[in-house]
Amino acid sequence: MSFLVAENISLQFGGLKAVDQVNFAVERGEIFTIIGPNGAGKTSIFNLISRFYNPTSGRLFFDGEEFTSAPPHRIAKMGIARTFQNIELFDNTTVLSNLLVGRHCHATTNLVQELLFLPAVRRAEFEHRFRVEQVIELLDLEPYRDKLISGLPYGVRKVIELARALCSEPKLMLLDEPSSGLNVEETDDMSFWIRDIRDELGITVLMVEHDMNLVSRVSDRVLALNYGRELATGTPSEVQSHPEVVAAYLGT
Amino acid sequence: MRFIFKTDYDQDIRIFKHSGYWYSYSILLLVLAMAPFVLGNYLQSQLVFVFIYATVGISLLILVGFTGQASLGHAAFLAIGAYTSAYCQQHGVPFVVYFPLAGILTGMVGVLVGFPALRLQGIYLVIATISFGAIVEEILARWESVTHGNEGMKLRTLELFGQAVPRDSPGFYFLCLAVLILVILATLNLLRSPTGRAFVAIRDSETAAKSMGIDVAAYKVRSFGISATITGLAGCLYAHKLSFISPEMFTLLLSIEFIIVIIIGGIFSLHGAVLGAIFIVMIDPFLTTLKDDLPGMIGNLVHVFGADVPTASKVQDQAASIASAPGLKGAIYGLIIVGFILFEPTGLYGRWLKIKLYFQTFPMYKAATFKRQKTYVKSERNR
Ligand SMILES: Nc1ncnc2c1ncn2[C@@H]1O[C@H](COP(=O)(O)OP(=O)(O)O)[C@@H](O)[C@H]1O
Ligand SMILES: [Mg+2]
Repeated sequence: MSFLVAENISLQFGGLKAVDQVNFAVERGEIFTIIGPNGAGKTSIFNLISRFYNPTSGRLFFDGEEFTSAPPHRIAKMGIARTFQNIELFDNTTVLSNLLVGRHCHATTNLVQELLFLPAVRRAEFEHRFRVEQVIELLDLEPYRDKLISGLPYGVRKVIELARALCSEPKLMLLDEPSSGLNVEETDDMSFWIRDIRDELGITVLMVEHDMNLVSRVSDRVLALNYGRELATGTPSEVQSHPEVVAAYLGT
Repeated sequence: MRFIFKTDYDQDIRIFKHSGYWYSYSILLLVLAMAPFVLGNYLQSQLVFVFIYATVGISLLILVGFTGQASLGHAAFLAIGAYTSAYCQQHGVPFVVYFPLAGILTGMVGVLVGFPALRLQGIYLVIATISFGAIVEEILARWESVTHGNEGMKLRTLELFGQAVPRDSPGFYFLCLAVLILVILATLNLLRSPTGRAFVAIRDSETAAKSMGIDVAAYKVRSFGISATITGLAGCLYAHKLSFISPEMFTLLLSIEFIIVIIIGGIFSLHGAVLGAIFIVMIDPFLTTLKDDLPGMIGNLVHVFGADVPTASKVQDQAASIASAPGLKGAIYGLIIVGFILFEPTGLYGRWLKIKLYFQTFPMYKAATFKRQKTYVKSERNR
């Protein structure tokens, strides 16, 4: 079985079918991209995987295990981390504590230990910090470590969100429009990082992206959606030349 | 300005980030240790109230400031701690047992309040906690076999290890101070560990918190539990300090006073709870003096500006009737809250930080240093 499998998933908001009978399978070590016009249901698919929404029908599997009805806070522990289209950082704290929250799924200490700050807690904190520092180094975030999020520019926030997701040491990373709002240089950096995440850290990537240049540069396979329905799946060039996809983007 | 060169992760974990704090807090502690022997009875008593209010303030900071929940029901938690102590003492339970029991029992009630609160946010949560306070008040008044209803309950002198600790003795002062310090230390520990970060994460973005593996519901309940526990402990001390408790002491107004403590002190730092507590404890005698003296002063002033004696005394009477109007205290509190939220949202502690930075960077201070630069839209949907 593939690494991540979506089997006939649907999501309905009232009369609106945001996701309609979609099937896809992401292989281990792959960079898999979902494309489609605005409102196609891409983010909704992410929210289904994050378990923020219950699918109207269909099933989800990760690493051979079904998680269609797992509680949302279990997802990070299973090894799935994500970023958000409209940046969801913890605005009133520092970059460092944002990244440390990324380590939450690895927390081992209990409340009593923490209230007394026993040596076990200190040791765990050192370990978390060590992992966080590795991510900071990977993504060149050193200058921002102690800065408050609320004072940072958009491009940096985008990277911090990626960093926070990486801190949880995921096996699968969901990136929702990683390049939206970034300038050309920042987009370039982002595309390198996405490759690095896969090549060096061995993390499988599932992303939603509009920038077709970036998509064809990094993705192994692409799934095109429109009105919640699957149009085509295949290599970037196959999907880009698929007549239905062209029609969906240009309008019929 | 002080630049700190970091060479060790421990430097970011430590409670005192650099040696300067050691000096200032040692001096503060020394001053507090000498205070009961130098100050008169009245001021010592006021300080004890500051400690108790600050303890409650810390508990509110955990729930409101760090977890981003709301509560106008903390007077009820205080009442539960107070009544547990009074009841236990009357039944011969020693202080070392009923003091923690007051905390634990109140904490359990806090958890019970936390569960329904999971479904509520903002103003609805405020209303729910107000109703909780009203219910507790009602129970205290009606459950006469335990609480003696509106007659209230008397507490005997606190006994610790066979030693009497009267409520206006230095011993009681140090007990309250020790409880406050321990609560502060435990809270600081919590804030530098995963639980504290989870609280802050929930405050800033529940969506992201969920996606990072935080069980939002469980942590909210935990926050209610911890906050209530601390308030319960404070309730025990409060009951002993007053030596008499009755239901009408634990009303909405008291809950509002607690909220004022953190709004005025500053909601993002534990310093805020202490500064706010000082403010609220000191404002009460100030308002009383004002109420007694202001009408006379106004009368004199009017007289000085040329009004004849009968007019002046008429003005004075009017001023007195306004000053003794019922509900005036509530109105003044309301004004204070609104004023702070509008003009000093980071509270007294925020103001202190600004003043400190001004002197540290002296000629270079920029007026816009603390302006929010730019905010990005956050949608209600999980986009
Ligand atoms: N919480 C919601 N309630 C109602 N409609 C929603 C909700 N979330 C998404 N939708 C609708 O579902 C459709 C797909 O949205 P989305 O997945 O965000 O699209 P995109 O592909 O641009 O990420 C849109 O028509 C959107 O309006
Ligand atoms: Mg989207």
